Amino acid sequence: MTAPLLDVRNLSRDFDVSRPWLNRKLEGLEKVYLKAVQDVSFSVNRGETFALVGESGSGKSTIARLIVGLLTPSAGEIFFDGQSLAQGLSGAEARRLRRRFQMIFQDPLASLNPRWRVTDIIAEPLRVFEGGMPAPARRQRVGELLTLVGMAPEDGVKFPHQFSGGQRQRIAIARALAANPDFIVCDEPTSALDVSVQAQILNLMKKLQQEFGLTYVFISHNLQVVRHMANQIGVLYLGRLVEVGTPARLFEAPRHPYTRMLLDAVPDIEMTGRRRKKVEGEIPSPLSPPSGCPFHPRCPLANDRGRREMPLLLDGVACHAVEEGRTRP
Amino acid sequence: MTEPLLSVRGLTVEFPTRHGILTAVEDISFDIMPGEVLGMVGESGAGKSMTGNAIIGLIEAPGRIARGEVWLNGQRIDSLPPEAMRAIRGRRIGMIFQDPLTSLNPLYRISDQLIETIRTHLPLSQDAARKRAIGLLDDVGIPDAARRIDDYPHQFSGGMRQRVVIALALCAEPDLVIADEPTTALDVSVQAQIIDVMKELCAERGAAILLVTHDMGVIAETADRVAVMYAGRLAEVGPVRDVILAARHPYTAGLMGAIPRLGENLVRLNQIPGAMPRLSAIPPGCPFNPRCPRVMDHCRSHRPALSPIEPARKVACWLYPEVTEA
Repeated sequence: MTAPLLDVRNLSRDFDVSRPWLNRKLEGLEKVYLKAVQDVSFSVNRGETFALVGESGSGKSTIARLIVGLLTPSAGEIFFDGQSLAQGLSGAEARRLRRRFQMIFQDPLASLNPRWRVTDIIAEPLRVFEGGMPAPARRQRVGELLTLVGMAPEDGVKFPHQFSGGQRQRIAIARALAANPDFIVCDEPTSALDVSVQAQILNLMKKLQQEFGLTYVFISHNLQVVRHMANQIGVLYLGRLVEVGTPARLFEAPRHPYTRMLLDAVPDIEMTGRRRKKVEGEIPSPLSPPSGCPFHPRCPLANDRGRREMPLLLDGVACHAVEEGRTRP
Repeated sequence: MTEPLLSVRGLTVEFPTRHGILTAVEDISFDIMPGEVLGMVGESGAGKSMTGNAIIGLIEAPGRIARGEVWLNGQRIDSLPPEAMRAIRGRRIGMIFQDPLTSLNPLYRISDQLIETIRTHLPLSQDAARKRAIGLLDDVGIPDAARRIDDYPHQFSGGMRQRVVIALALCAEPDLVIADEPTTALDVSVQAQIIDVMKELCAERGAAILLVTHDMGVIAETADRVAVMYAGRLAEVGPVRDVILAARHPYTAGLMGAIPRLGENLVRLNQIPGAMPRLSAIPPGCPFNPRCPRVMDHCRSHRPALSPIEPARKVACWLYPEVTEA
């Protein structure tokens, strides 16, 4: 068994969302922290896709940003290929590691500079990481990358606004691949796209993964997409992992009541006429999370222990009821 | 045979631009029966929202309804003066838009907005309107409605705001509700709740729904019939079960194959090559022909009309001998 490529241990991140100092003094307010991610641990094997799924405010994008270093963790550690990323890397070491991971964002119009030509956009990682590369070689590499993502090398002279959403996401993928990374964090890469275009991008990402042995952390709110892409899935609720498992296990035999509720809520396109349970309540505000198990106010299986105690992630699920063998209220 | 509640005949919406006239919606005809839920599905730019806006007379200038007719309960409404149209909007046709924050005024309490709308359309006193508003909020599932009615929109969560918008759309007991992507901005668990509320309340009141969305799953759960739009035209219309399980138009079939499913694990999704054409470059013949896996020579030069191929089922595709030229 080889070591995992990415190992996230007890990762937490708080955001200070207090009112300004003067207001606090005048109004007698405390500092307020939003616990976006709490005690999250998972590992991703080489060449596999780990998907994080959750609703808005569950902390999935925060985790993505923590992994690529756009945010620093409040606690916990991230190991990439055995090396800790959390202790601020510096100099040559950082450079060498950084080029191995890339990120693809949800909105390609926001993540591509509208004033740059596509060639310059895709060549940017090359300029940063391979400054010595002569311009003709760079141009050729950009052409190869464009072909790789299903576009024409001639498209390089155009600007991002001249492309459709799907093509822009292809450009973002080409840029991510430019520095030959082995690890890509994809934050809702197809959420802004139409279904037929989404299918193209998902197929492309799967093809590239096989071709280059890429490892993905794939973040999405769409359960169907996650089912299609992932080897392992982590379900997030209010900044905590509530269940982790393979797609087959998670979708065929979900154990956490939240996972079950989420699956029941997905519209039934297969027209199986399956009966569904009504979804109860809404996600509470992360500013004032409930005591104990964060899911207990909505949980049909909640008991006193759930209201007091935080369940631990044991054997892939964080739930007292599962622990105690209770499956019905 | 009951009369359709809404009848759209040959609706065409055009936008004159410097580079010529763009046709956003071309020659669309469909009916909605009283109490029926018609899903209108398509990808971005297919013209589905434009169709909804044309029905309620909200096409922004310089866009205009170039041809066609819209009939509501036997009354032609597309040619009405703006004043008369305003009386129909809200009273006889309710509207639910995608983003509840833009349909609610952030500066007014929910109570003010509901009471104002109710009193505009119904002859009720302030007190009676308030009572009615609280009842409506109760119906859409807002807990503690009597107290929360005096809150501002920002004090509600996204799902709760969309419930308020549904209450607003239903407050004058309209015959038809046009819901344009009502759940697109919401999380999946909240989406399920909103769909339930919308369906239940419309069924109770006998209101028909025109549900505009890109999400085939929502259509499958909600609609009785579905109309599939592509590049401003209707590609296929039929009962939702038939269209989803046995699509006739190659575009519908491709679209269905492109949706990842919970129940199965495919290595590769079916993909439709290319993208929807821009309005300025809609190909001659069938608009889908450059992307169609079953394209024939005839398709490149002749435009198929939406024609009945089975009872209750219409398709615009040359694969079916019944189809005529547009």
